[in-house]
Amino acid sequence: MYDIIIIGAGPAGMTAAIYARRASKSVLVLEALSYGGQIINTPDIENYPAAAHISGFEFATKVYEQAAALGAEFVFEKAVDIIDGGSEKTVVTTDNSYTCKAVIIATGSRNRRLGLPNEDELIGRGVSYCATCDGAFFRGKTVAVVGGGNTALEDALYLCDLAAKVYLIHRRDAFRGDEKTVSALKARETAEIIYNSTVTALLADKRLTGIEVTDKDGGVRTIETDGLFVAVGRVPENAGFAKLIKLDEAGYIAAGEDCLTNVPGIYAAGDGRAKNVRQLVTAAADGAVSAEAAVRYISEL
Amino acid sequence: MNVIEVTKANFEAEVLKSDKPVIADFNADWCGPCQMLKPVIEELAAERTDVKFVSVNVDEQNELAYEYNVSSIPCLIVFRGGKEAGRSVGMKPKSEIVKLI
Repeated sequence: MYDIIIIGAGPAGMTAAIYARRASKSVLVLEALSYGGQIINTPDIENYPAAAHISGFEFATKVYEQAAALGAEFVFEKAVDIIDGGSEKTVVTTDNSYTCKAVIIATGSRNRRLGLPNEDELIGRGVSYCATCDGAFFRGKTVAVVGGGNTALEDALYLCDLAAKVYLIHRRDAFRGDEKTVSALKARETAEIIYNSTVTALLADKRLTGIEVTDKDGGVRTIETDGLFVAVGRVPENAGFAKLIKLDEAGYIAAGEDCLTNVPGIYAAGDGRAKNVRQLVTAAADGAVSAEAAVRYISEL
Repeated sequence: MNVIEVTKANFEAEVLKSDKPVIADFNADWCGPCQMLKPVIEELAAERTDVKFVSVNVDEQNELAYEYNVSSIPCLIVFRGGKEAGRSVGMKPKSEIVKLI
């Protein structure tokens, strides 16, 4: 039996592992994909204290090596369920099950899909969820961005420097995002904003060739495009734990800054927790807070 | 070196005319998930002698990337008898890549 099982090896989970190991607790970190979480997609981190410039990959690798050197065990399996037996909890993965005294859920979030029928098969064939990752493939081409938040605006602006033409499709008639980014985008000759519209179909021949856009009055038009960048928000990865852990309406774990969930001995850390600021530094902070809480819980068992 | 670096010049000989199935890893130096996937591919290449593993740098080989409709990396494409027989986009655990083969 482990003292603490941490689900998710992103910045929150791995920071929790560092704190828990330094408190001499045995730690198992379960991860479905690879260590690092979504930060590995960031080419250059510029807002983490003491690291003016560091790539997401390098950051993730350093934190992983730090946690592993302290003795945290990493197993690459997807956790699908938690069974609460009070002082003994079981985490079930796709391959095994592991017991522990306390659990920290740090599963983060993933990109929201549009939900169109052929969307999955076109990922990497014109459909993307990360402008900074895949923008380079569309140099001199036509791209469309769908979404109305800051990410969509920033993606569109970023793509204006690469693509010959950038459409931004937004379902409302105005942006609620950062005013500076909105005006910067409006000033770009290559950018065209299409308001009150949604993407209703993806047209393809081996790769994306165009999109069907429907406006709020039901008018349909086809736009030829080589790429579609989907920036319609993120969804937390908590559905698997919903029968045990209380979530908020959006699916985030209902836990405050103390990281406490509705179940004693189970904690929430990182982007999957209900919070206002989802940044690298707040994920790391959650890691520390949740680990301290778990250590205290175990000492009182 | 178990993973062969391929270019447009040797793609036909190394990939399309290979006797063994080929997994081509389209990647770039600036791509974080590609760097994560690299050791997994190297590990598989050492274990699986029945499959050939090659690496395609999309910055240098943008024609190959375009030809095979690669617009997100990392992208693994399986070739059998010179034809695409499957693909996987994004970071994947080793077990998922084995399933591709």
